[in-house]
Amino acid sequence: MIKIAVASGKGGTGKTFLATNIFNALLQNNQKCVLVDCDAEAPNSVAFFDAEQTDTTDVTLLVPVINTDNCIFCGKCQEYCNYNAIFILPPVKIINVIEDLCHGCGACSVACIYGAISEKPVSLGQVVSYSLNGEPSIIEARMNIGVMSPVSVIKAAILNIDHQHEIAIFDSPPGTSCPFIQTVSAADYTILVTEPTPFGLSDLKQSVETLRIMKKPFGVIINRTGTGNNEVQDYLGHENISLLLEIPFKREIASLYSNGRIVSETDHFFAEQLLEVVRNIIKQYGNSSNQR
Amino acid sequence: MEIAVISGKGGTGKSSISAAFATLDCKVVLADCDVDAANLFLIFDPSHEEEQIYIAGYKAVINYNLCTTCRACIEYCRFGAISFQEGQVKISEVSCDGCFLCSRICHENAIKMVPNNKSRLYSGSFRNGKMVYGRLAPGEENSGKLVNMVRVKAKELSDENGLDIIILDGPPGIGCPVISTITGVDKVVIVTEPTISGLHDMQRTLEVIRKFNLQAHVIINKADLNPSMTSDIENWCKTNRITVAGLLPYDPLITKAMINKMSICEYDSNLFISKKLNKIWQNILNY
Repeated sequence: MIKIAVASGKGGTGKTFLATNIFNALLQNNQKCVLVDCDAEAPNSVAFFDAEQTDTTDVTLLVPVINTDNCIFCGKCQEYCNYNAIFILPPVKIINVIEDLCHGCGACSVACIYGAISEKPVSLGQVVSYSLNGEPSIIEARMNIGVMSPVSVIKAAILNIDHQHEIAIFDSPPGTSCPFIQTVSAADYTILVTEPTPFGLSDLKQSVETLRIMKKPFGVIINRTGTGNNEVQDYLGHENISLLLEIPFKREIASLYSNGRIVSETDHFFAEQLLEVVRNIIKQYGNSSNQR
Repeated sequence: MEIAVISGKGGTGKSSISAAFATLDCKVVLADCDVDAANLFLIFDPSHEEEQIYIAGYKAVINYNLCTTCRACIEYCRFGAISFQEGQVKISEVSCDGCFLCSRICHENAIKMVPNNKSRLYSGSFRNGKMVYGRLAPGEENSGKLVNMVRVKAKELSDENGLDIIILDGPPGIGCPVISTITGVDKVVIVTEPTISGLHDMQRTLEVIRKFNLQAHVIINKADLNPSMTSDIENWCKTNRITVAGLLPYDPLITKAMINKMSICEYDSNLFISKKLNKIWQNILNY
């Protein structure tokens, strides 16, 4: 199996557009593939398909519960907590857990030698599985509203992949910090989507820098060409980065997408272009042993 | 007065709209809170008057001269960041959360916590006031805390320079950096677009805003790209008593303006979209 992440530093460049279109083109080409929506803060991929929900698993975090009968207010748990999630006022015997700040590392439980700390699970989000025409096909990471970090939910969604599939497509969250890293570190190859504008270029550079630090292979698709300038192409040439595809801006594409339609379903030329991109990636990186 | 411009979905036009708002009549403090992908400095080329280091958490590093490969740390780590490979204990930088637990329980003191100190906060002047922006180093975490730093600095500049209005250009999503951007602000502007994803993400964003009891103003950008979806969004907002501050057309000149390092209102204040932006801004200020 090969895992391909579709990512971009800048939001709205067309990650979901490409991930759903590549996935659909592969399905129509009778390939066994799965789409993993890793944008847990704003998951949208499922809306483009007539998918049936088959399973939901809760993703939880273990947070401390303090038994004040055993607590001697020594403050060691607070000292061990690197996230300021424990609030303690020893003189007045007040101790509180700020669950929103807790990362569930378990350090406080280790710190407490008086048996005053136990743990309880708190929900962070869900991993939702969907099937298309009876085949398990889409996995969605969905973070609960008000939760700080989507990382655990993304991790759980990726772990849910059935290795029967030939190809997994990850729809990555935007940015270059932890949610992005969690997604691309589990992938064998990353397609960076950008647009030909100064914002697009600046964010692309940031993504490239991050992937190079991580020593991960990647290539670039420029979306909506014709709307900006040629600086992205120049940059790619200069940096020796492979340009996988250019997609010209068309109002019809924008309009089809806005209605939740898959462009490659009717545009066979586009579908074939996407399949060619995937074939080339598999040719070069298909034998990777990345099993995470 | 702090006004945050956010949107669940990326690429709806937050930064272009923030840039326009920042170049209308009054001088402002403009704070780029999208520290993952800061962009406004590209348009405004602010001077670098001050630079602060931001410590974006810590990473565990093993000293192999001291490690006895007892592997106790592997048992304790909840993030699956430590493994035993080829006779060595290894820490995955990607998975390490920086909780310090392994360094505390190691009997040999073989694990050191090293700060991630490559992220920066910059502040200076731009042509219509003061500007603050954060740059999270590639792969570093905790952007919510850096957002807080950006906001503290913006407040400082606002007080020192008598600039009453602070515009916060927010990050996409609904997680930690977004929550840090909107906590305690006076007004929130949500920029959406007439697509399925735009509507869906706006609804999730509004749920977050409701948790914070904030007043939201919705702008539907690129409204003419899908008029029926635009009216669906308007109707949804009406039913849910959310103020729609205005609609903006899709205008390729926004990109042209950006390439010329200008906001659309600076590029041509007589354009329909520029006048509309001015009107929306007045609506938001006076509501």
